[in-house]
Amino acid sequence: MLKQIEGSHAIAETIALCRPEVICAYPITPQTHIVERLSELTRTGDIGNCQYINVESEFAALSVAIGASAAGARAYTATSSQGLLFMTEAVYNAAGLGLPIVMTIGNRAIGAPINIWNDHSDSMALRDAGWIQFYAETNQEAVDLHIQAFRLAERLSVPVMVCVDGFILTHAYERIEVPEPEPVDAYLPAFEPVQVLDPDDPVTIGAMVGPEAFTEVRYLAHHKHLQAIDVIPELSTEFADVFGRQAGGLIRPYRTEDAETVVIGLGSVMGTIKETVDEMRDDGVSIGAVTIVSFRPFPMLALRVALENAKRVIVVEKCFADGLGGIVVGSVRMALRGFSTPIYTVIAGLGGRPITQASLRQTFGDAVADKINDPHFLDLDWAVIDRELARGQDKRRSGPIAENILREMGLVGGKPV
Amino acid sequence: MVSAAEMLSITAFLEGAHAQAFPSFGSERMGAPVVAFCRIDDKEIRLREPVMTPDVLIVQDPTLLHQVDLFNGLDTRGYLLINTSKSYLDLGLGDYVDRFPPHHICTVAATKWAMEYVGRPLPNAALLGAFAGLTYRVKLESVQTAIRQKFPGKLGDDNAKAAARAYDSIRTN
Repeated sequence: MLKQIEGSHAIAETIALCRPEVICAYPITPQTHIVERLSELTRTGDIGNCQYINVESEFAALSVAIGASAAGARAYTATSSQGLLFMTEAVYNAAGLGLPIVMTIGNRAIGAPINIWNDHSDSMALRDAGWIQFYAETNQEAVDLHIQAFRLAERLSVPVMVCVDGFILTHAYERIEVPEPEPVDAYLPAFEPVQVLDPDDPVTIGAMVGPEAFTEVRYLAHHKHLQAIDVIPELSTEFADVFGRQAGGLIRPYRTEDAETVVIGLGSVMGTIKETVDEMRDDGVSIGAVTIVSFRPFPMLALRVALENAKRVIVVEKCFADGLGGIVVGSVRMALRGFSTPIYTVIAGLGGRPITQASLRQTFGDAVADKINDPHFLDLDWAVIDRELARGQDKRRSGPIAENILREMGLVGGKPV
Repeated sequence: MVSAAEMLSITAFLEGAHAQAFPSFGSERMGAPVVAFCRIDDKEIRLREPVMTPDVLIVQDPTLLHQVDLFNGLDTRGYLLINTSKSYLDLGLGDYVDRFPPHHICTVAATKWAMEYVGRPLPNAALLGAFAGLTYRVKLESVQTAIRQKFPGKLGDDNAKAAARAYDSIRTN
C-alpha cells in the first residue's frame, strides 16, 4: 500500500511482514522508531507468533538474537552508533557462527566528540565483522532490502546488516510502497535453519577451534560472501518479478554509459549526487554515478566493469580512517587494480553536516579539472583548523579541541583556553 | 513543528504529489529552536540537503524572530506566514515585510485558534490551514484529511476546525 509514512515506521511494518519470531532491542538513544513501532505491532498481535524481548543493553540485544537464531527462530534487532560498537563482540560471533540474523543500522556518527547525527562511521567500523552489508539509497529501498536481507541471510546462513541513513532516511516522511503480506510470503519462505539447537537432536554450536581448523572455518565464511556475490543479483531479480520494482543488487549505475567521470557512493547521498550529475550533464559535463548497494561482499567485478571506461573516479564517503583517508575508496582501488584511473576521495557529511548539491557541484567540477586534493574534506572550514593548530603551537596546555572550537564559534559560553 | 511538516507532506501526498518532510538535524535539547522542512514536487524527490532557500517560511514561534536569522534564504518572491496576534510593526518587521507582495505575507493567530478549538496551544493545524489559504498549493480539505489521519477522533476534528478557521481568516483578509 502506498503511504506517506516515516522511514522508520515503513521499515518496522515491513519487518513485521517478514514474520520475525524474536525481536530484541535496547530502546534508548541511539535507537530509532523502528523498534518502538515493532513493539506496538507485537503487542497488537500483528506479527503473529513473535516474542519482543526488551534487553538491558545492545550487547544483550544481539546476544539474545544469537540464541534465538541458534534455536531456529527468525531473529531481528536494530541499533546504530555507540550501540553497534557496544555489541561488537556479539556482531563477530553472529557471523562466525553463521546465524542468519537481520539487523538494521540507522547510521550515525561515533564519538568522541559526542554527536548523534548521521554518517557511516558506525557500520563501517564493523565492515569486516563477517556480516553482509547493504546500504539503502531511499526509504523505499530500505523497505525492500529488508525483505531481501532475510531471504539472503537464511539462504546462505549468514547475518545481514541493512544500513539506513539515520535522520536523513529514518526520520523522513516520504511516499513509500509498504508491501502487502502475500508477495512477502511468496518471496520469503519459512526459515529452514541449516543448524539448530534441538533437544531431540542435540548438537553443539560454538565449539572452540584451534589452529588446526580455524583457517578452514574462516575460509568457509569467506566462501559464503563469494557465493553472496552471485546470490544477491539473483534475489534482486526475483524481487523485481514478485514486487514489480527494482531494489537491491550489487551496484546501480546512473548515466555511466559514456561517462568520463564516475562518482561512487553509498546510501541516501546518492539522491543528491544524481541531482548534481543531471545538473552537470545539462552543462555538457560527461559524468555519471554508481551506487554501491552491497558493500560487503564488495562487488569487485561488477564495479570493475562499470568503471573500466571511466577517465577518473570520485568516491564520496561519510567516513574515513585517520591518517589514511577514505575507507570505501580502499575497496574501490582494489576493484580497479591494474588500471591507472585517478581516484579521488571526498569525505563528506561527517556528524550530520549537510551534503549540498552546490558543494558537490563545485567539488566534482574541481575533480573533473583534476584540481583536487585526495582526500578532499567537503566544506571543511580551514580558518577553524588553522586557528586551533596555532593554539596548539602557542602553548602546551591548549585545552580540549572540541570545546575550544565550540567556544570560538560562539556555540557555548566562555573563552577558549 | 516536526509534525506540521509531516502533516503537510501527507496533505501533498493526498493530492497525488511527491513530498518529503524531515526535521532539522539541530541541537537535541528541550527548548532549542527546531526547524523542520517539507519539499513538494510532482516527481520523485531525490535531493537530501536541508531546504536553504524556502518558497514558504512558517514561523511557529515569533519570539525567535530576533534571536535567530530566520529569514536567511527567504526570497521576497517567497511566502511568509507568522503565528502571532500582533501586527508586523509590533513584531519589529514593518520594514522587512514591505519587500514582499502583500498577498505573499500574512500573520495568523494560530495558537489562539488552537486554544479556542482544541483547548491546547498546538498551532500546527491552524498554521497548515493558513498555509493552504496563503499559498493555494494545497486544498484545505486535504489539510483536514491529513490532520484527521494523524489525530483520529475528536482531536482530529477539533484541529480540522482550527485549520478551517485559520484558512478563513486569510481568505477573508
